[in-house]
Order: sequence, then structure tokens, then C-alpha cells
Amino acid sequence: MKVLVGVKRVIDASFAVRVKPDGSGVETDNVKMAMNPFDEIALEEAIRLKEKGIATEILAVSIGPAKAEDTLRAALAMGADRALLIEADGRNEPLAVAKLLAAVAKAEGTQLALLGKQAIDDDANQTGQMLAALLGWGQATFASKVEITGTTARVEREVDSGLQVMELKLPAVITADLRLNTPRFAALPKIMAARKKPMERKSPAELGGDIAPRLEVITTGEPPKRKAGEMVGSVGALVQKLKAAGALGK
Amino acid sequence: MRTLLIAEHRGGKLDAVTAQALTAALALGGEVDVLVAGAVVSGLASAATRLSGIARVLAADNLGLAHQAAAPLAALIVSLAGDYDTIVAPASSIGKDVMPRVAALLDVMQISDVIEVLGPDTFRRPIYAGNAIETVRSRDGKKVVTVRTSAFAAAPMDGRAGVVNVAVPADPRLGRVVSETQKTADRPDLGSARVVVSGGRALGSKANFDALLMPLAEKLGAAVGASRAAVDAGYAASELQVGQTGRIVAPDLYIAIGISGAIQHLAGMKGSKVIVAINSDASAPIFSVADYGLIGDLFEIVPELTKVI
Repeated sequence: MKVLVGVKRVIDASFAVRVKPDGSGVETDNVKMAMNPFDEIALEEAIRLKEKGIATEILAVSIGPAKAEDTLRAALAMGADRALLIEADGRNEPLAVAKLLAAVAKAEGTQLALLGKQAIDDDANQTGQMLAALLGWGQATFASKVEITGTTARVEREVDSGLQVMELKLPAVITADLRLNTPRFAALPKIMAARKKPMERKSPAELGGDIAPRLEVITTGEPPKRKAGEMVGSVGALVQKLKAAGALGK
Repeated sequence: MRTLLIAEHRGGKLDAVTAQALTAALALGGEVDVLVAGAVVSGLASAATRLSGIARVLAADNLGLAHQAAAPLAALIVSLAGDYDTIVAPASSIGKDVMPRVAALLDVMQISDVIEVLGPDTFRRPIYAGNAIETVRSRDGKKVVTVRTSAFAAAPMDGRAGVVNVAVPADPRLGRVVSETQKTADRPDLGSARVVVSGGRALGSKANFDALLMPLAEKLGAAVGASRAAVDAGYAASELQVGQTGRIVAPDLYIAIGISGAIQHLAGMKGSKVIVAINSDASAPIFSVADYGLIGDLFEIVPELTKVI
């Protein structure tokens, strides 16, 4: 079974994002970049499927700037077999990304697409669902457990009411939630070996994808700031303050 | 201009987020219809007719819609989409699952997690875990929008719309829901509770989490939440996680107990009206967003608070 994993290069999760004063976006100079953490979890799941003998080949795909090669090298070091970089600078919207991934999945004969449930930059939470729609495949989002038997995927999902278990016919799209697994660190020899693994490059045009943005970002601003509060010395003082603020209701 | 709002319901009841999402849908300026989709929805549909300011309720009754799974629900919404300029749903786990599927089938780009409607095609939405807010204008003919319901007040329930039954297209049969945990009704829902009591890793165990938080939540009639660290450690169930990737809440009162306040957690609760932080670590970032902070031993403070509040 051929597995496709989408990986996005984003600002590192531990980095405090700063909005540019001119409202044109967020500061990206001298900022640490990393693989989107949810994509890392998706990739780890693919690698585990390969270790179980279920997946035969893992293709990591990234749509982004030339620098996204670093993210793909990291994916190869973790355990992906091949990498494909679709070079597209600027803001790539989920719909455009899903179209490119769909073209790749069709060409590759992908049976399972594993993606992170959302990217921590645009927080859109769309690409996997859109990919499933474009391919006419089933989808299981927010996965916390994946079991593949034959051509069926049994997926436990984290939903607002608790846990839901779905059975999907393959091919299908599964998006990874936080508790699906803990991604491995790539050891140095694997990082070295990853340099020899195949990395292909394509342009969006070669895949026939229309990637023109549909949304115009007018401005990017700071969120409202909460004004500094006060420290209280005791439970009694706290309760008094809450009562005075009307926070305790009736 | 016409808008279709997808109603959220659970356990045979209309969810409070529907009335909040309706406020966003009405802000678009057009006529709003509400779609109630599920198995045996007549009761729900008549409850939805009470939503104030709507034109009609569309009832889609089909066993295949019982779990509101993405594939059949998206097929239904797409079959109705021709009549509407904008399709709106709460950014709940159901809305997040189905709406991008609808958007891709309509070849439009979804606008996720809207916190403000500036016009029929212009919206504000948080990015980077709420550390920035972008204003976006859609160039698509049709708009597909999910709403961060905590950012909108609930529309009143004094309407009297009519119900129209709609045909349900064939289920694409791409998957099926095998089981779903049934939520216990003994605690208010996190998404709509007036007070949330939330616990973190500092509670140390599930036993402590329950023993300290539950009596306080009980006394306040509060929903219980948790940080990612507490959920990862097994102190609390996954659906209680508050944060960037969990539930986004904005209650009147949020009490954070033993939560340090990672940016991903703050993203899920900093819209709360009043925030109380109780933590033994004076340097915990949670204090930077708290209205009232109390430094000390949780195991003394929380029982005392429960007693006197």
C-alpha cells in the first residue's frame, strides 16, 4: 500500500510569532522554521504502518518555497522513502494544496493519504477534508488511533462529544490529531542517509493545479490585549473580587 | 442574498452553538435558512423554528445522517447549495469535518473560524493560535464559512419559522460510524458553560484532578476543562482539552488551576470575560492573562475556595 504524507514548513511551535507593524503579515525573517507538528505525527503513523508491513512506500510531499526542502529532508530522515517538493512561493491556500496533492495521489496510485489535522500557521484545518472531497474518498479527521486491515481503516477520532470510531474503505484520507502517536527523533546516521534518498521537484503547472488564491488578506493585526490583572493574597480576597466583578452570577 | 446555516445538535437536542452561529449568519445581511440534518429530526426541526430572525427550517431526515458524518452530510449540503450565496456552520468537530469537504466540492476556499463578520465577503479570523488576526475578503462566488461561536452572542429563541422537508441524496458510502461515546449529561457542555474550571499537570494525578476540580465545578455549576498536558497525562478525557487544537471557550468566568499557560492553551481561553489563575509558580505565563492571580498550594487553595465560594 502506497502512502502519501503531506508536510508543511511552518514557524516553529515554540517560537513567539510577531505581527509586522505595517499589517502585511507576521515576521518571518530570522525565525526558526520546522515541520508542522501535526504533519510530523501523520508521518510517524505512516512509518509505523510501514514497520508493520502494511505500508510499502511513503512519499512525503511539501508545497512551499525552495526552503521546504529542509522539511522534506527531515521527513526522509524520519523514515519517508521519497520526497516531492512542489515549489510555490507565497501563501498557498488549503484548496490549492489539496488540488496539487490530489494530482499527486492520482499519479502515484496512493491508497492512503495521511495529513496533519491543521497547520499551526493558518490554523485552517481544511486540507485533508478537501483532498478527500476532490478524490471522492472517505475521510477520518482528528485521528487518535488508526488500524488498517486489508482494505479497511478503523479510525478512532477525537470529537467534541468524546471519541468516535469510524470504518473507512481505502483509499481514504486520515488527518492526525495530537494523541495519535509521539513522533520519533531522527538519529544522525539517518539524517546522513536521508541526503541520498530521492527528492523530486515539480512546479504546480506540471501538475495542472490552479493555485491562484481565492482569499485576499487585507490586513494582519495584533489580537486584543488583555490588560494586566492583579495578584490577590488569599482565597477570601479572591472571592470578594469575583463578587465585586459580578463574576459569580446571581 | 441568502445564507444556509447548518444546525448543530447532539443527543436529540439543538446545541447552543447554533444560536451563536446564527448571529454570525444574520450579520451577513441576507435571509437565513437553517438546515437540521440527522436521523429522526422532526423534534429538532421544530425546536429550530424558534431561532429568531430566520426564514425557514430545512429538515433532512435520514438514517445515514445519524452521526452527521462528513461524506453524506457534505453531499446533502452541496445538493442544497445552489440556492445560497453563503453556507455557515459552527467550527465544532462536525463543522470542521464537513465544511472543507463542501467547499472543495463547490470549488471555493473556506474561511475558517470567523470571529467577526465585516461584510458579506469580509471576515476577521485568528491565525497562529490567536497571536495574529487576519482580515480576509473572499473572491469566490459562494462562500463557505465556519464560525468560532464563542465570539458571538446567542440569537434569541423567540422566532416562529416554518419547516420544509428536503430530499436527502444517496449516501456515497465511503465509511460508517461504528461507535461514539455518549457524553454524560451531569456537567454543562464546555462550549456553552457560563463558568469553566480547568485543571493542568500540577494536579499530579487523575485522582487529584477529580477530587479537587469536581466539587468546585459542582458548586459553581461549571463545565470542567483541562490543559493538553493534563489530557496527555491521562488526568482528563480528550474532549475536555481547551486550546488551539481543542475546544475554544469564552465563559464569563474561567478558573485555571495548576495550568502554566502555554500559548496553545491561552489560544483556547483568553476570550473569557474574567480569568482566575491559581498556581504555585509565580512566573507561570497564565498570570499574564489573568484578571486575578493567586499563588500558592493548589491542594490547600482549591478546597478552601470550594468551601467559601
